Parts: sequence; C-alpha cells; structure tokens
Amino acid sequence: MTVYPRREILDPQGKAIRDALSRVGFSGVDDVRAGKSFEISLGSDDPETARRQLRDMCEKLLANTVVEDYAVELLDGDAGVRP
Amino acid sequence: MKAGVVVFPGSNCDHDVYHVLKHVLGQETSFLWHQDDDLQGSDLVVLPGGFAYGDYLRAGALAALSPVMGAVRRHAEAGGLVLGICNGFQVLLEAGLLPGAMRRNQNLRFLCRDVYLKTERNDLPFTWKLPAGKVMRIPIAHGEGNYEDSPERLDALEANGQVVFRYVTPEGARADDDPQWNPNGAARGIAGICNPGGNVLGMMPHPERCSEPILGNTDGLALLASAVEAGSRVLLETAR
Repeated sequence: MTVYPRREILDPQGKAIRDALSRVGFSGVDDVRAGKSFEISLGSDDPETARRQLRDMCEKLLANTVVEDYAVELLDGDAGVRP
Repeated sequence: MKAGVVVFPGSNCDHDVYHVLKHVLGQETSFLWHQDDDLQGSDLVVLPGGFAYGDYLRAGALAALSPVMGAVRRHAEAGGLVLGICNGFQVLLEAGLLPGAMRRNQNLRFLCRDVYLKTERNDLPFTWKLPAGKVMRIPIAHGEGNYEDSPERLDALEANGQVVFRYVTPEGARADDDPQWNPNGAARGIAGICNPGGNVLGMMPHPERCSEPILGNTDGLALLASAVEAGSRVLLETAR
C-alpha cells in the first residue's frame, strides 16, 4: 500500500523535496507528494478478500483519511518483498 | 476532584503537568498507565506532550489505540473533562475525539518557542478563569502542529464555536498567513479546539510550561486552574 498526502492539501515535505530537486538540476517538476509505503504479507488466496482487508487496514490505521489518500496494489507470492 | 495524567511510552511532559496539578494547584493527581483501561476515578484526564510510541506511523496514531483510550473515550462521552496538550492533542485527533489532523509544520522544522494565543471561548471548563481579552504568551514545542481539515469542516468548526485558541500577534490580531505569529502554518491559525460539548480540549501550546513564576511566565496557570476548579464544581453539582 502507498499512503500519501491528499492532492488538495499542501504537503510541506513534498514541496521542500520539489525545491531540492530543482536545485540539483531537475527542472520542470510540478509537484511532489512524499508518503509512505507498506509491504504486507497475507495468507489469503482470494484477491477480493485481500483487497478488502488491505483497504480496511488503510481506513482504520495506516492512513489518516482527513489528510491522506492511499492506494492498494496486490502482488503474487513474494513478488513485492525486497531482499 | 481527582486529576489523572496518562503515561504512554514516550510521553515526556507527564511529570511537568503532574507537578503543576499536584504541587502548584494542590490537587490529588495520579499517573494513568496506557495499558490500563481504568482512569482510577479521575475527574480531569490529561494527555500530556511527548512522542507516544515514538510517533511511529503518525503522531498519536498508535497511542489512540491503546487500552487507556477506551476509558478516556467513555469518560469524554459521559461529559468528563479531557485535556490533550501537544502530543496529547494529536492523540485526541487520531482517536477521533476531536476533528481534523496534523501535518508537518509548514517550515518542516521542530519549533520550540513562545507564541501568542487569543482565546475565542471564555465559557469553557478549561478557559473560564482566563482574563477575557488577554493575549496569552505560551510556549510551543512540536514538529507537527499544522492543523488541517477540509474547508467545509473548518467552517463547521468555527460555526459550532469549537475553535478555542488561535495563534495571533502580541496585540491579539489575526495573522494566519504570517509565519512569525502562526509559526506552524495551522489552518486559520488554529492552536486549540474543543468537542461540541466543550468538555474535551486539545491544544498544541504547553500551559504546564508557563505556570510558575520561577519559569518567568504564569500565563498558563489560569487554564489548568480553570480545569481543576471546573472538575470540582461538577463534583459538587453531582453531590447535590
């Protein structure tokens, strides 16, 4: 899952990173949102159940939906786990 | 009147507020451990400043799910007094006992300095002893005090009279867009809010750090004294 500041809300951290990117020569960066990502392993084989469970986790704990949006991506097996 | 100060792992203003309640204001005060679903008969519950659970995930997010918060929620719903200071305010937001959320300070820095506050409500259990119209000088110490909510919800907050404190100039004028006076960039200069019932207050500044002459500033004492005396009054009314 990725959790990031809502678009309509000013993200002070993202703005500072955007300014830093332009200082190191990356011009034309319009906007940066700095967020978090979570890699969660589930035993479930049913993608719908897994998706619902992950969305629930975001709603109840992982994201503060007053100021944050989230996205859920399902990966098979250990495809998402980094060494 | 009994006061209780909640201790989370990472609380660091718990002893300060305990000291003011117990030794300066002479109240029976106890520490309440975050694992206990019990307020030990406290009439006033204080969620102190600090970094509960190391601010992991988001400031206040994990503390909001700790066992003591079940008891705090029941206390608040029954009309009991709850005061969240700094990290305690963040915990109240994450627990949904107050609306809105905190972002990083606009300048991305941890800010430790005095600010000036205007009191918008002098009729609350926490503010009735504050001299009307007086601008309070009071310290802040936080990295995430940039209060935010949607414009509609902010409008509702104002309409309901839930905005209790605002960051202002030393003369008491609004300066929401001026980082000198609204240093964290909080929406509409909001420094403290209450629930619709007025018995739950969250504020970023630290009244317990300016409640004794030896600290060079006593502006915060009237706030804590308000809460203590309001707590006693509720007890008297219940006894009748």
